[in-house]
Amino acid sequence: MSVETIVRGEFEAVAREQEKTLAGLSDDTVLLESGLDSLCFAIIVARLEDRLGVDPFTASEDVYFPVTMGDFIKFYQDAAQG
Amino acid sequence: MPRRAENLRAAIAGGDAALIGRERSVALSAMGRAMDADLTGRRILLRTSDQLFAALALIELDGVADRIVICPPDVKPEHLPSVIECAGIEAVAGEDPALAVEGLRFAPVHLPHPGEAAAPSRKTEWVLFTSGTTGIPKMVAHTLEGLTGAISGDGAPQTVWGTFYDIRRYGGLQILLRALLGRASLILSDADEDVSGFLARLGRHGVTHLTGTPSHWRRALMSPAIAGIVPAYLRLSGETADQAVLDALKARFPGVPVGHAYASTEAGVGFEVADGLEGFPAAYLDRDGPVRMKVVDGTLRIRSPRTASEYVGGAALLDDGWVDTTDMVERRGDRYYFAGRTGGIINVGGLKINPEEVEAVINSHASVRASRVSGRRNPIMGAIVVAEIVANDNATLKDEILALCREKLPPHKVPATLRFVEKLELTAGGKLSRHA
Repeated sequence: MSVETIVRGEFEAVAREQEKTLAGLSDDTVLLESGLDSLCFAIIVARLEDRLGVDPFTASEDVYFPVTMGDFIKFYQDAAQG
Repeated sequence: MPRRAENLRAAIAGGDAALIGRERSVALSAMGRAMDADLTGRRILLRTSDQLFAALALIELDGVADRIVICPPDVKPEHLPSVIECAGIEAVAGEDPALAVEGLRFAPVHLPHPGEAAAPSRKTEWVLFTSGTTGIPKMVAHTLEGLTGAISGDGAPQTVWGTFYDIRRYGGLQILLRALLGRASLILSDADEDVSGFLARLGRHGVTHLTGTPSHWRRALMSPAIAGIVPAYLRLSGETADQAVLDALKARFPGVPVGHAYASTEAGVGFEVADGLEGFPAAYLDRDGPVRMKVVDGTLRIRSPRTASEYVGGAALLDDGWVDTTDMVERRGDRYYFAGRTGGIINVGGLKINPEEVEAVINSHASVRASRVSGRRNPIMGAIVVAEIVANDNATLKDEILALCREKLPPHKVPATLRFVEKLELTAGGKLSRHA
């Protein structure tokens, strides 16, 4: 399964669990406008660390917080390759 | 300390600052009366929907009321009777009669109109709630002198404060008092406003000094609207500031000082760190000055004139003058770093969670034999709640436990991950080991 598929799957699963409505997830969707709150992102990051073995927020040398869905997916793709 | 004042109204006199809410702003230069009732010498429960009215009532009542108990926005109505009894409350102040409590006098707070407010005549006790773990929140008593002890100087001219905090809690109240004593304006957040909306408003009103928890800041860094602010000073407190969030802020706002502060409702403002690094210099333990620090059994203790004086109607807060912060610290080289809390208290974005409360809910499921709840480091919220469970695993148990937790607990207390384990370590004393 591709990193992108896993990331998108976690967004959908966490939205469902937390009873949030996702406002569509195109690459240029601003994460904070996706319908998810900080707690949802926190859970997604923890679950992705379990599944992909990386937490790019903590591991990355560059300090960076992704703004769009496309940024977020690329952040994980780059970390998973590294 | 040029602006030290006997009471808040005296402190703001002569200034031209404003309190800026989402719907309306109030110029403090023309602050007449915001309450009509004479509450001289009374013990007041301050219960507001909107932070702006809380600020107006605090200015009105400081030096007038005997005691002001400040309800945070999330106080549960079922806890009010015990709060009222314990604090000897005589009247409730708020902007909307819907906030009244049956059987108690209600004192409306309104936008100021011209007139003389009640004359200050005493030292008012300020009572705050702890950022609460389980059950009935503890009430912590402060004086204005103690609350403003870390505020020095007149502040830079044209300072405009903004805060992601709520001023009805310790961290936010500090910023309100800083603004008022510095005769600077303050932009208040609104519960119904998202982070991008608030950032846009901060930018419009020209915020210069902006404060929040590391979790607030991480969320702000994910918003494109952060491009609209041009701050001169950034500050973090309320949770451990890690190097990543400090570095991200420095990268986003080159050249802008980024400070992080250690403060708690009980211990008051302990210290500030301005070198851009996480943790704090070990040399702080040897500093002279009003705030003394020591590390006992790996936890940070603070003695200071800014600590709270007592828990209202409860246990002793001070041990020989010292507050046990229950924050554990580890020394590496010439610096101390925060390493969680004693008792396993988990700090999720500034909200404190007692693991035993979550364990009790999990353990109430018939198939669960034991559970251990702990915090897992998280780059978005500082920490999240995770659970290890000893149970006869079956296909639907995980979903059943999560459903139970969601029914009984607010979202931030529900474990983000559940893991089934064979057994849980116990300490020599037979207690669940909190440090796996």
